[in-house]
Amino acid sequence: MAHTLPPLPYDENALAPYVSAQTLSFHYGKHHTGYLNNMNKAIAGTELESLSLVDLIRTVAKNVEQKTLFNNAAQVWNHTFYWNSMRPGGGGEPGGTLGELIKDSFGSYDEFKKQFITAGTTQFGSGYAWLVKDGEKLVVTKTPNAETPLTDESKVPLLNMDVWEHAYYLDYQNLRPDYENAFADNLINWEFAEKNLERVFAG
Amino acid sequence: MKCSVSTLAAILCLVAAALLPTAAEAQITIPTPTITPPTVTVPSVQPPSVTMPSTQPSATQASTSASGYPYKLAPLPYDYSALEPYIDAETMKLHHDKHHQSYVDNLNKAIEKYPDLQKRSPEQLLRDLKQIPEDIRAAVRGNGGGHVNHTMFWEIMKPKGGGEPAGPIAAALRTNFGSFDAFKTQFNEAGTKRFGSGWVWLVSNPGGKLEIVSTANQDSPITDGKYPILGNDVWEHAYYLKYQNRRADYLGAWWNTLNWDEINRRFQKASTGL
Repeated sequence: MAHTLPPLPYDENALAPYVSAQTLSFHYGKHHTGYLNNMNKAIAGTELESLSLVDLIRTVAKNVEQKTLFNNAAQVWNHTFYWNSMRPGGGGEPGGTLGELIKDSFGSYDEFKKQFITAGTTQFGSGYAWLVKDGEKLVVTKTPNAETPLTDESKVPLLNMDVWEHAYYLDYQNLRPDYENAFADNLINWEFAEKNLERVFAG
Repeated sequence: MKCSVSTLAAILCLVAAALLPTAAEAQITIPTPTITPPTVTVPSVQPPSVTMPSTQPSATQASTSASGYPYKLAPLPYDYSALEPYIDAETMKLHHDKHHQSYVDNLNKAIEKYPDLQKRSPEQLLRDLKQIPEDIRAAVRGNGGGHVNHTMFWEIMKPKGGGEPAGPIAAALRTNFGSFDAFKTQFNEAGTKRFGSGWVWLVSNPGGKLEIVSTANQDSPITDGKYPILGNDVWEHAYYLKYQNRRADYLGAWWNTLNWDEINRRFQKASTGL
C-alpha cells in the first residue's frame, strides 16, 4: 500500500517570520511530497510495499544498490520528524526532565545550543543537525543529505534541524547561522523531543 | 526582599552582558579543522580593482598581497543582471559575493599555518589533495573546490551566450555523444540525479575521452585526475530564489548562458595536456 504524508502539524504561516509560509509551502508541498511520490513509485508492486516506513528505511539502508530509494524514504521520515521538531512559540531553554538531561550532558543549555548550531553550520552541503539520545547521555550529531540516526538503532533521535538550503534560502539566503539561531530560539518543539525521550524510557 | 528599579536594571544589564556575547559567538565560532561552509556571514569585501579578463587562466591564483592571503576572488566578468532572465541578479550577487567569497576566505584561513602550500595554485592543492596535511584536508577539499569550481562557472557563462556550440568542442561533443542534443540530455539527467548539493561536469578523462560526471558538494574532478571543461552548479543556492524545487528547469535554462569561446579554450587546454 502506498504511504501518505501526515498533514503539517500547523498552518503554513504558523512559523513566520522565522520560517515563512512560502518556504513551508515549497518544502512540504513540493520537496516532501516529491520524496513521497518517488518512494511510492519505487516500492509499488514489490515486497517492500508491505513494510512500515521505518522498517523500509532500515532494510534498504543495508543495500548500496538501493541508495536512491533509501534517500527518498529517509527524506520522507526526516521531514515528518522535522515538522514535529518545530512549533509556533517554541524554542529557548526547556525545563523538566529534558532540561535536566541537557544540563547533565552538555553542562548548560547554552553549550547545547552552541554545539547544535555548530553542527548545522559545519554540515558542508545538505543535511541535518540532530539531538539524539546515546545511552544515558544526549549528544548532538550531524548527517549529510538524507542520512538519519534512525539507521543506528543504538541512538534515539529526539529532534532535528534541516540545513538543506531549501529549508532556509528564501528566508535567509546564505545566512545559515541566522536560520539556526531563529530555530533554536523560537521554533524548537521541546514537548516533541521530550515525548521521544519518554518513548525510549518506556522501552 | 525589596528590589528597586535600579537593582532590577543592574541585574538585567548583567544578564544581557552574560548572554549577548554567547549568542554572537555561536554565529561565528567554527572549529578550524572541519570544513567551513559557504553559509557563514562574511564581511563584504571590496573586489580587487584589477579587471581579470574572462579568459585569464589564473583567476584563482592570487598574487602576493599585503594582507598575506594568497587567494583572491576575481570580480564577476559581467554585471550581476547580465544573465537574466536565466539567472537572476540577486542570485548572482549572493552566489559570487557571499558564497564564493566565503570559500576564498575559508581556504585562506585553512592554509594560514602552511606557508609552503600558499605558493601553490588552488588547482594544484586539489590535484594533490592526498598530500595536504590531514588537519586541513577537508577544508581544502571543500573550500579549494568551491573556489576553483566557481571561478570556472563564472567564466564559462556570458551575457547573450548559449546557442549551438562552435569550434573544436562542437565536433568533440558529436563524436563522444552522437549530437549536442544527446549530450545536453545526458548532462541534464546527471544534474537532476545528483542528490543533495553538488556539480555536474563535462570532463576530459586521463585518456583524453570526454565524459559526463557528477560530484558531491564542492568535490572537483581535478582530484580524480580529470579536467573540467564545463560544469553546472546544482547546489540549491545556485537556483532556489528563481526556480525553487524546479532544478530541471534551471538545468534547461542554463544552456542559454554558455560562453562557447571560453569552453573551447578550456577544451584546447585539456587536449594539450593542461
